[in-house]
Amino acid sequence: MSTTVQAAKHTKNFRPLKLSGLEPLVITPESNFVNVGERTNVAGSRRFLRLINEEKFDEALAIARDQVEGGAQIIDVNMDDGLIDGKKAMVNFLNLIAAEPDIARVPIMIDSSKWEIIEAGLQVVQGKCVVNSISLKEGEAEFINHAKKIKRYGAAVIVMAFDEVGQADNYERRIEIVKRSYDILVNQVHFPPEDIIFDLNIFPVATGMEEHRRNAIDFIEATRWVKENLPHAHVSGGVSNVSFSFRGNDTVREAMHSVFLYHAIKAGMNIGIVNPTMLEVYDDIPKDLLEHVEDVILDRRDDATERLLDFAETVKGSAKEKTVDLSWREESLQDRITRALVKGIDTYILEDVEEARQASEKPLHVIEGHLMTGMNVVGDLFGDGKMFLPQVVKSARVMKKAVAYLLPYIEEEKRLNPPPASEKAKSNLVLMATVKGDVHDIGKNIVSVVLACNNYEIIDMGVMVPPEKIIATAKERNVDIIGLSGLITPSLDEMVFLAKEMKRQDFTVPLLIGGATTSKAHTAVKIDPEYPEAVVHVNDASRAVTVVGDLLNPETRLKYKADIKQDYALFRERFLTRGKKRDFLTLAQARENKWKLEWDAFEAFKPNEPGIQVIEDFELDKLVDYIDWSPFFRSWDLHGKYPDILEDEVVGEQARELFADAKAILKKILDEKLLTAKAVFGLFEANTVNDDDIEVVTSGAGEKQEKFIFRTLRQQSKKASGKPNIALADFIAPKETGKTDYMGCFCVTAGFGTQELAEKYEAEHDDYNSIMVKALADRLAEAFAEYLHERVRKQHWGYASDEELSNDELIKEAYKGIRPAPGYPACPDHLEKLTIWDVLDVKERIGVELTESLAMWPAASVSGYYFAHPEARYFGLGKIKMDQVEDFAKRKDIEVRTAEKWLNPNIAD
Amino acid sequence: MSKDTLYKALKERILVLDGAMGTMLQRYKFTEEDFRGERFKDWPSPVQGNNDMLSITQPKAIAEVHAKYFDAGADIVETNTFSGTTIAMADYGMQDFVYELNYESAKIAKKVAQEFTEKEPKKPRFVAGAMGPTNKTASMSPDVNDPGFRAISFDELRIAYKQQAEALLDGGVDILLVETIFDTLNAKAALFAIEEVKDERGIEVPVMVSGTITDASGRTLSGQTAEAFLISIGHMPLLSVGFNCALGANQLTPYLEVVSSKSDFAISAYPNAGLPNAFGEYDETAEEMAAQIKTYLDKQLINIVGGCCGTTPEHIKAIADLVKDYKPRPLPALEQTAAL
Repeated sequence: MSTTVQAAKHTKNFRPLKLSGLEPLVITPESNFVNVGERTNVAGSRRFLRLINEEKFDEALAIARDQVEGGAQIIDVNMDDGLIDGKKAMVNFLNLIAAEPDIARVPIMIDSSKWEIIEAGLQVVQGKCVVNSISLKEGEAEFINHAKKIKRYGAAVIVMAFDEVGQADNYERRIEIVKRSYDILVNQVHFPPEDIIFDLNIFPVATGMEEHRRNAIDFIEATRWVKENLPHAHVSGGVSNVSFSFRGNDTVREAMHSVFLYHAIKAGMNIGIVNPTMLEVYDDIPKDLLEHVEDVILDRRDDATERLLDFAETVKGSAKEKTVDLSWREESLQDRITRALVKGIDTYILEDVEEARQASEKPLHVIEGHLMTGMNVVGDLFGDGKMFLPQVVKSARVMKKAVAYLLPYIEEEKRLNPPPASEKAKSNLVLMATVKGDVHDIGKNIVSVVLACNNYEIIDMGVMVPPEKIIATAKERNVDIIGLSGLITPSLDEMVFLAKEMKRQDFTVPLLIGGATTSKAHTAVKIDPEYPEAVVHVNDASRAVTVVGDLLNPETRLKYKADIKQDYALFRERFLTRGKKRDFLTLAQARENKWKLEWDAFEAFKPNEPGIQVIEDFELDKLVDYIDWSPFFRSWDLHGKYPDILEDEVVGEQARELFADAKAILKKILDEKLLTAKAVFGLFEANTVNDDDIEVVTSGAGEKQEKFIFRTLRQQSKKASGKPNIALADFIAPKETGKTDYMGCFCVTAGFGTQELAEKYEAEHDDYNSIMVKALADRLAEAFAEYLHERVRKQHWGYASDEELSNDELIKEAYKGIRPAPGYPACPDHLEKLTIWDVLDVKERIGVELTESLAMWPAASVSGYYFAHPEARYFGLGKIKMDQVEDFAKRKDIEVRTAEKWLNPNIAD
Repeated sequence: MSKDTLYKALKERILVLDGAMGTMLQRYKFTEEDFRGERFKDWPSPVQGNNDMLSITQPKAIAEVHAKYFDAGADIVETNTFSGTTIAMADYGMQDFVYELNYESAKIAKKVAQEFTEKEPKKPRFVAGAMGPTNKTASMSPDVNDPGFRAISFDELRIAYKQQAEALLDGGVDILLVETIFDTLNAKAALFAIEEVKDERGIEVPVMVSGTITDASGRTLSGQTAEAFLISIGHMPLLSVGFNCALGANQLTPYLEVVSSKSDFAISAYPNAGLPNAFGEYDETAEEMAAQIKTYLDKQLINIVGGCCGTTPEHIKAIADLVKDYKPRPLPALEQTAAL
């Protein structure tokens, strides 16, 4: 029987080797060679040894990460060094790896010559590892004992070809040892044979010593023997050993590794430690070099070593060059256009579209044909989750460019051949608007673009659109669907109002609701009952296409509407019945249960720089390090934590691409100073009065003394015993304590210039970058708020002058003191922004305005308070009762109805 | 109950596991005094919420719940020992009672099971000793600022699980069930401990393993995919592997498909009664849940099915009525195991 036939027979019943990190690695006969990363090995990497010695674990982890990114499917960890505590280092490093999902996704190879280190490693890894290694070196009893343990820990094992006599260094010894090892493992220990990997010892060739001549070929032949005679077992080895004699000549070494692997893999070696950067593609090895190297590896000539040494002198290392692969430009026109759309490449789109136009009867056919064919592919990929939002927006950019190029030709065509009226197929018309008083439009723009990609015509009315204008436009243009967006809470009421208006005016078109503050609950409970037609809450852009499709498709729309109405009715019923279960305190009881901080021993830290300060034209560069990128990705529907998201299995590639684009725009913004950041803040004497109000006195240098009152709201739901009902006022010393306390407030913006820049991109049909600019401005504003808060803590107020926090810790709010913002959970009432504007003269000083819904304009702005008490923390107000609403109205001297309107989302039913 | 009876039943039909113990115990509205009973009336710290303790202080209630589930059609009930390790009991300072509460819980369940088996011999009833995940994780740090830190070691878990397994076996359980696994390393310690017990006592024990996929990411809390989880615990001869808790039946389907297609073990599933609402309550009715379980059956994904959080005897009855008409997922490997 020939070897190939035998190998094939084995293949048929071969049991795969299954390993796991966070993700599976299943090695079958069909699998490609499995590469083990070797750089996290103190014996093999000086740098890694140094980092472990110096306890620079971050950098040591970066090496592991590089390995995984570089394609290692398993990473070998070895801490065997005389100068380090190997057990401790192994446990610590493996624990740290476990906290890095981008590394921990691959299985670990626990590599040590000491059993106690191996066992310690096995106890801290959840996945199925490989132990590297055990052998018969210390006799059968220990071998069996260790194998049993490894089996019980659930790991695979590398068995060295080593026994009591020594290391196998020729073909016969290799066979003898592995046969004996295999029999013991399989028959006595009942070790699964597929979990056995033999390391058959790769030794150097071309050393000049006669006995080393067969080192490589013996390994290869022994490998073949194992695959033919020991069912299910695997073969591995450390490949770089083979070229040891040619250290310093990477060209020869790379060729030697490739040649060795080529033959060893053919013989059945399927796992190994190879440095992928030290590998040449077998077919790319120059013929003459290949011949010399194969002579050595396969021991084909007596003078092979001398000849290779001589030849090696003539081979100089040459840098590998990378060029952009443009082979796709050779494909058919339709394939090129589709590819440009799918990949979002606009470099060649105009020439391709021109080619298509010349080949088409009418220019419109290019849109309906070539471009729509491509966009359908984009739509399908997006629907299948194989493309992500940023890509789709890029596709739209290419599409828009193409359409813009064709428009003049289409107009000309229409002028020459006016189409008969019957042929004017009307595409579905979607009206999109951010409601009155709200200025946030990133999500709305994304939905618009995605719908536009799917052949809907979009009427984008922009931001702060009054309801009557929406109604009028909808009637005038006879739209098929209306989409409303909003980010701040008052927008919810605007949406309810609009739904009522639509009913009153007998609209029949479906209403879409979206935006960060909207929810299925609000839509079902507050909006849906007001409008008898379909109302759908769409929380992400990827759903928008299917929802709109279902709503407009004549075959599905009735059923879809009925289903969603029923769904919302059910949801509403459940929601309303459960609302009653919650217990509330009266406002008086809640105040009784306020958070009573210890004021007797309290001494407030007097601000170093009391009074109001303005920062004009702040240098944006300083903010880059303060950016919290996670919400940026979220605004593009890419969910995950930065920086992990960049390595995410599903969205990682997209995230990286988006991030690169964001960085490019950010650099342009910074270099060309396209956005302007300003801030105003003040630090004042303050005391709590009447439980829930904070009285501040402005009396900075050169300012008149004036009193203002911030009204805070108190949690009213019944708490577990011992838990207080908190209001922000609890963090400031009450007046009756007789102690002077302090608080601050601020407004920062990074938004001046955003609109102009976004509009410029829109004019270039580049929605991608328009959205990008807005998203970045939002991030810069948040970063500015973070930065300023830090400066206030450390310097202007100065109560935390010794604080040292990383950006990560800032994002996690590890600092002392808080900066809650009106409109957010601790103080959901937007009305207090008016007080901040009064106290700081925000509009006059830096130009940030408040809309009628009390949204800030420019949108990329943040305002809030500063509290410094060490116990101060963020909390959510939750629902409150009418008694507090009435009390609040009285305190603010406004109508109860007005208070009710503003606090509506927080009022318990 | 012999192992052969269990393997035989498993080959013939889909076995029904019970539903939530906690949900049923809530109905008794036990007060702090009820939890304490006579035995712990002077215990220094509050014990309300220590459900496992009720096996000692309110054994009648525990037996009643088991009986209700058997009445509803369950083939297997789980002992009331979800937190029965020294690690989890440390919350109440009751580490010293771990042996007793596991032993008593097993006895209570076993007694009820025997009564039902005697009444209806052609439907033998089984008891699975529940071994929960503990409240500590061996492969994650509780401190975000110190990712290398671990609140519990493999050895500590192994010792605690070993003690629990021994007590459950002494009390007469037919099966050991390592369940609600959110960290595979914890489960590996439990399996290691069980192997030790088997080895020392020279016995074979059917072992069920049930992981928990925590959210739509399709991963365990410790980050593993369903397949990686399966590989990580596949080194032991198991009776079954599957998932429970965290998700409703529908959401669990894709992960059951993964393990079902990639494992030779029997497959188990006992999802929650849907996803909890904003108040942590489960709204899904028995009919709604059974309708989703039907998908498992149509696709022949499972061999053992029951309910986790929020499920009641009504849910189990609906499930038991449903599975009667379906064939279990084929088990070629079990033929071999049973033959051994």
